[in-house]
Amino acid sequence: MSDITKQSLSELVKNIKDKKLSSEEVTKAFINRSEKSKELNAYITEDYSSALEKAKKFDQKPNLQLKLPGIPMAVKDLFCTDSIRTTAGSKILNNFVPTYESTVTQNIWNEGAILLGKLNCDEFAMGSSNETSFFGNVQNPIDKNLVPGGSSGGSASAVAGQLTPITIGTDTGGSIRQPASFTGTVGLKPTYGSCSRYGIVAFASSLDQAGPMAQNVKDCALLQEVISTYDPKDSTSIDFKRNEYSKELSKNIKGKKIGIPKEYRVDGMPKEIEELWQKGIQYAKDCGAEILDISLPHTSYALPTYYIVAPAEASSNLARYDGVKYGFRAKGGENLTEMYEKTRSEGFGAEVQRRIMIGTYVLSSGYYDAYYLKAQKVRKLIKNDFDEAYKKVDAILTPSTPSSAFKIGEKKDDPVSMYLNDIFTVPVNLAGLPGISIPAGHDAKGYPLGLQIIGKAFDEQNILNIAYAMEEKINFKNKITDWWIK
Amino acid sequence: MSKNKSEYLINRKDNQYEVVIGLEVHAQVTSESKLFSTSSTKFGAEPNTQVSLVDAAFPGMLPVINEFCIKQAIKTGIGLKAKINNRSVFDRKNYFYADLPQGYQISQFKDPIVGEGKVILDMPEGQKEVGIERLHLEQDAGKSIHDLDPQNTFVDLNRSGVALMEIVSKPDLRSPDEVSVYIKKLRSIMRYLDTCDGNMQEGSLRADVNVSVRTKGSKEFGTRCEIKNVNSIKFMQMAIEYEANRQVDLIEEGKSIDQETRLFDTKKNETRSMRSKEDAHDYRYFPDPDLLPLEVSDEFINLLKTDIPELPDDKKKRFIEEFKLSSYEANILVSDIETAKYFEEVVTKMGKNKDIKLAVNWITGELFAVLNNKNLEISQSPISAKNLAILVNLIKNGTISGKIAKTVFELMMDGDQDPQKIVEEKGLKQQSDPKALEALIDKIINDNRDKAIEYKQGKEKLFGFFVGQAMKASGGKANPQLINEILKKKL
Repeated sequence: MSDITKQSLSELVKNIKDKKLSSEEVTKAFINRSEKSKELNAYITEDYSSALEKAKKFDQKPNLQLKLPGIPMAVKDLFCTDSIRTTAGSKILNNFVPTYESTVTQNIWNEGAILLGKLNCDEFAMGSSNETSFFGNVQNPIDKNLVPGGSSGGSASAVAGQLTPITIGTDTGGSIRQPASFTGTVGLKPTYGSCSRYGIVAFASSLDQAGPMAQNVKDCALLQEVISTYDPKDSTSIDFKRNEYSKELSKNIKGKKIGIPKEYRVDGMPKEIEELWQKGIQYAKDCGAEILDISLPHTSYALPTYYIVAPAEASSNLARYDGVKYGFRAKGGENLTEMYEKTRSEGFGAEVQRRIMIGTYVLSSGYYDAYYLKAQKVRKLIKNDFDEAYKKVDAILTPSTPSSAFKIGEKKDDPVSMYLNDIFTVPVNLAGLPGISIPAGHDAKGYPLGLQIIGKAFDEQNILNIAYAMEEKINFKNKITDWWIK
Repeated sequence: MSKNKSEYLINRKDNQYEVVIGLEVHAQVTSESKLFSTSSTKFGAEPNTQVSLVDAAFPGMLPVINEFCIKQAIKTGIGLKAKINNRSVFDRKNYFYADLPQGYQISQFKDPIVGEGKVILDMPEGQKEVGIERLHLEQDAGKSIHDLDPQNTFVDLNRSGVALMEIVSKPDLRSPDEVSVYIKKLRSIMRYLDTCDGNMQEGSLRADVNVSVRTKGSKEFGTRCEIKNVNSIKFMQMAIEYEANRQVDLIEEGKSIDQETRLFDTKKNETRSMRSKEDAHDYRYFPDPDLLPLEVSDEFINLLKTDIPELPDDKKKRFIEEFKLSSYEANILVSDIETAKYFEEVVTKMGKNKDIKLAVNWITGELFAVLNNKNLEISQSPISAKNLAILVNLIKNGTISGKIAKTVFELMMDGDQDPQKIVEEKGLKQQSDPKALEALIDKIINDNRDKAIEYKQGKEKLFGFFVGQAMKASGGKANPQLINEILKKKL
């Protein structure tokens, strides 16, 4: 049985198609391992019994033409799932059961996959360590008391710990790529507009994007192919010609021009990260790519810009959680205002409240021009930087994070140092570009480190190809000891 | 005294004050579905039966612009002779309230869909132009119902998300009368365009009224107060009168006016403070990141222009030129599109030899009186345009007298009967045979010799007596013109 959970998505799909494995066998295997992995706290809501039922039903009349035939899969608890509780990691949605399905998860079920459960995440996807979740922090399978990153921490932990063969996360400022980097897995943030936001609990609408998280690039490409569809229900969804990413995947990146932005060499960056980057450059060269130095001059403004734009949008997006219509309502409010205050004070955690306050502040009259409007202008400059760079190069290579995973609690009381985690990922969201993080090595502690490949808008195929080629050269092996299984 | 008869001034001991009024009219867009969702907008449904997940702001729900509402707003803009903006932006207006599920209203702030335009008012002393500042689209909120339960407030979200056009005038209005004419004109234009039904009882048209006062001749504006959400023209007028006088009193007492939002209490007929400027909401407007800026091409706008019907101003001009109507008559006929339609059908049905003046008199006289009495719209008129046209023709060609026509008109109302038939069946045809009338008149003169002599001696008043006798003798059917002629000859 344990063999099954070690298989990649592509292997599982092949084995099911070849009738070497049934959906039930696969589903059982992942349920069993998930049951034994409660210490990771990767799940918020389990849906095992109905998953097994669905698997049995699939096996009775298997449709093997589907892309994810009978594949069990747990998803981040930010995706609304019909009749399955959806919490966004928050007390305020602790009791919320949607009557509808997000477009991205619907696309997945349409291809034959089966929901295992809902995965832990930072509250409303606000966090870089999964420590802001109302449902407790998540353990990184790499080592005890290590954060898995965030906000898609449960997703990263579940993939790395083989509780699910593959998963989806959301990425607003690095929430797929950073946890992928921290757990030695692959995570893709697609171009803004590639995956529908319909039915995803919103954090910052102009930045949020769903994406696949996997054990390898090929699996990642396959899931991206499934989830990326044009959706008229999302006005920011873009109708462009989508590739069959997994079919068109190629290791031939000969002659591709890859840019190295000098501004990503930040002060105080650990030597290990610099070395990893150099190694990455060498791998890319070995694959036949051409390396060019480039400049993204406004990089240093990305983080402050992000921490204005994202909280501003969040402060408005989260106004709907007011105790009136659904979700948590505090007891004892004497009037409407008191009910609001108590509900939102008790329902939201500290980090969410912090960001609501920052967002409210930067949008308020007298401050709007100095903060929000200025940030929008800088955002445009950051995007222009990339546009300029892409006149010379096909993709950009950077580290995914400025460090490896840190200990639980280590940065909890230092929001700014926590925010600095996103320094390499945030510019990509601000510019609406696709970015992928692939595992590329280990630091001295043996913790995984990731490299990020940033592409042109809608050029997912290209960065997947580069990642695919480099993955082979890097030949990364994740060190999972199953320490949490007794 | 002012030169201008209709000038509205507030007089105090030593000062005369002018009232300055600007309106923000909220007009519900005529549309089957809401501005950003597919739920129905039908009025009067059971509470919370026309609410989608988007309207109730469920997690992860996203707005999608209803193209029809955009077209309606652009058409209204064209009707207001306004600039249509090729690019407009939907913003979020953030505030908390139980009937505002999203915690923000999607509206347009900096970049509205329609820019400056104008509306022409026909005032008794002539035309007046009122500037339109802008027209923007926004969502309506739901409804909080406080009086169904002593402890709880109930919320009905049927209206949540319904498309509204906010039409902002320049501060060009100067009297309650002008406000009345302005609202009626706006409503008329939108009803011609079928972009808003203008039904104030159902809340399809309501206004925030901005009022300030200044001494006559002053160029500076006074401090204004905004009276929120007034839903009838009469209340608007009453609110303005009260508010303007309140402000004048304050100035006369040497006090200052606080800029504030006020409510009009329709029971007490007074305005009272709702919130001061200091308490004003900070709405934290910012572009809605769920919606891209709205781009409309000139081609799109031009295509809509071809869809614009003849509007009241043009129709009025045509009625005056084509039918030789007075400005007053034309105004009455064009102000409501259904009246204009009725009138034009009467004109068509009257055929070649028609008396348009007579038709106008019958429509604005007898017909309007009946509609008023029965509280009917002209579209529900008990007498069709076709039959009214026949009736007018019967008068015109002398078949019946105007007096008999009134009797026929009464009879026509019972099931929209053909007046021709009534005249025939009831034998109401006018007596126009001169010989018969001469005989009749000879008899009357014979019977009233003494009076005939008095008349000849100069008592001219008696002419009427003879006319009356002749009409009476004919059962009212005698042609009055002929009677006159014969009497003059014989007496």
